[in-house]
Amino acid sequence: MIRKTVSSVSEALSDVKDHMTLMLGGFGLCGIPENAIAELVKMNIQGVTCISNNAGVDDFGLGLLLQKKQIKKMISSYVGENDEFERQMLSGELEVELIPQGTLAERCRAAQAGFPAIYTPAGYGTEVAEGKETREFNGKMYVLEHAFEADFAFVKAWKGDEAGNLIFKGTARNFNPCMCGAAKITVAEVEELVPAGTLNPDHIHIPGIFVQRIFKGNNFEKRIEQRTVRKR
Amino acid sequence: MLDKNGIAKRIAKELKDGYFVNLGIGIPTLVANYIPKGIEVEFQSENGVLGMGPFPFEGEEDPDIINAGKQTITTMPGASFFDSATSFSMIRGQHVDLTILGAMEVSDNGDIANWKIPGKMVKGMGGAMDLVASAENIIVAMMHTNKAGVSKLLSKCSLPLTGVHCVKKIVTNLAMLEITSRGFKLLERAPGVSVDEIKNATEGKLSIEGDIPEMNIS
Repeated sequence: MIRKTVSSVSEALSDVKDHMTLMLGGFGLCGIPENAIAELVKMNIQGVTCISNNAGVDDFGLGLLLQKKQIKKMISSYVGENDEFERQMLSGELEVELIPQGTLAERCRAAQAGFPAIYTPAGYGTEVAEGKETREFNGKMYVLEHAFEADFAFVKAWKGDEAGNLIFKGTARNFNPCMCGAAKITVAEVEELVPAGTLNPDHIHIPGIFVQRIFKGNNFEKRIEQRTVRKR
Repeated sequence: MLDKNGIAKRIAKELKDGYFVNLGIGIPTLVANYIPKGIEVEFQSENGVLGMGPFPFEGEEDPDIINAGKQTITTMPGASFFDSATSFSMIRGQHVDLTILGAMEVSDNGDIANWKIPGKMVKGMGGAMDLVASAENIIVAMMHTNKAGVSKLLSKCSLPLTGVHCVKKIVTNLAMLEITSRGFKLLERAPGVSVDEIKNATEGKLSIEGDIPEMNIS
């Protein structure tokens, strides 16, 4: 068994440098790597490019990095619900690249799977395809989209073991599995870290080979963005 | 004339037994309230759930179980969770049978614009471009005109496009229309709405053949 455990979030992120490209899992505030984000704030890492479906809210998630102006560029599919983001984007302080959500997922997956690029129909005929190679297959038009190149991927899983095997819960899975192994180094934070041999190999969502470092996260807040309920 | 719930009711009649359906935010979300009796459909939410159920009872919200609108939800028996790449494989691979979404503009050749207004804060396209580029069957739910009374059914969209040649049907507060090689083909009139009213509210090419029935939304 190859051990992937590190003792803390600070050890896991010790070699993150300014101006790196970082992937962060999560959809809205669901399944985000809360511990890694808090550590990036603490380390005051500057000028990073973040690949993440969303940009958090003003006071949580990636919003915490935005508040301290640590992000140079965001690559996302949807960035509503964040006033500071809007301010920085409109003032030109923050560079933003908006791409279709499925394209975002597949550009991660391509990096993970060793494909340099993929063809997708998403965005054909729109400004997303401007300047990109297009090609017809079986009478339908597709856009060439390149695999991401990132230094770190920060993901959050429900359970993990010492070998880096991961299991996700509910829709907190989202982009997390797609980002594992899609960057030079993948750091996984988990709610429950168990000894190797504890998890049933049949139940593993992401094999440990895609994960370089794993640690047990602390104080997961798991904030709900839109609490919606019905009457009993 | 239909209100938002009326539009949702009419679209719900297009659901067929065994359909997997993706609902956009706004009017499309209301369609889930009017599933015709005797049929089974499953709702997909692109953040990674198939078999989405109603909102949870108070106190039973789970922060790890949300829909693409970031709302807390529940799941139905037979539901499944999956990652984002798998979710869009379902969409691009045309395993999802029907996509219902809102729009700011639709053109008479099936182009749709629903993600960006130049000069305003752009929030992003989310999954909309993947959905419209891939789905075999796309129904648009929207008002026939904007708040200023200007038609949203155009010969050419003025706003940045979300996708081209993709919309199949449109249900508005005034009518149900189908995109054909001859433009917007008028299929049904909303209750109490005349053909002339629909003509006046439609800027794009409108094709009217024979008597146009009034829709039944009961």
